[in-house]
Amino acid sequence: MEFIKAFIVGGLICVLVQILMEKTKLMPGRIMVLLVCSGVVLGAVGLYEPFQEFAGAGASVPLLGFGNVLWKGIKTAVDEEGVLGLFKGGFTACAVGVSAALLFGYIASWIFKPHMKKK
Amino acid sequence: MAVDEQKRNKNYNAYVEQVTPKASCLKNCVKAFITGGTICTIGQVLLWTFKNAGLNKDDAASWTTVCLVLGSIILTGLNIYPLITSWGGAGSLVPITGFANSVAAPAIEYKAEGEVFGIGCKIFTIAGPVILYGIFSSWIAGILYLLTKLWM
Repeated sequence: MEFIKAFIVGGLICVLVQILMEKTKLMPGRIMVLLVCSGVVLGAVGLYEPFQEFAGAGASVPLLGFGNVLWKGIKTAVDEEGVLGLFKGGFTACAVGVSAALLFGYIASWIFKPHMKKK
Repeated sequence: MAVDEQKRNKNYNAYVEQVTPKASCLKNCVKAFITGGTICTIGQVLLWTFKNAGLNKDDAASWTTVCLVLGSIILTGLNIYPLITSWGGAGSLVPITGFANSVAAPAIEYKAEGEVFGIGCKIFTIAGPVILYGIFSSWIAGILYLLTKLWM
């Protein structure tokens, strides 16, 4: 059941973004920035956590979930350390995702050769 | 002269509009739904596996992220992820795998330009803005949260 929920919710988020892309012709980079910032806002107003409780990976795998993770990190850090937490929480929270992407991406650049773009 | 040019541009744009193949929005949405749904389901399977292995919720989520990122980057290196993107559209862009792809693809593509100005700079082409605005927006949200906490 939780797998079906993840499929449907994750799929629906992608459909919404697909419609947004078709209507506005926004570039992928802008879409990603938009998603992460929206995730932060949705997290901050308290909507994303219950949603993720319901949808599992359907909510945490899209970049909206990445934004929510940033917000959760900031919130925890502010609760624990006050003002200094504002400068700590974000990077702590996104450390795993960003480090994994950078490290594996860098290693991949040693291993793989550039490809001609197929279009 | 200027009028001529305007007219020519208008005709040209009309021509481009006419010859560009019209991809149906509905079809693209179905493809995005299937692609995005599949990636999220893979995420859910990983999450479930790590939870069953005895990890707590946060650690399981972190390991899921690591696995999805690694998988996406391997597919990027093998030149398979671009195929998924051209079929699935937003479905391959929205999940964290799309972010990983946008980190690895330019790093591989620009390695000929050198370690620092090739890989080092280009690896942040998309990751840079995402990290910057993610950190900035969460910082603002954190300030507001701190203020409301002091207020209450």
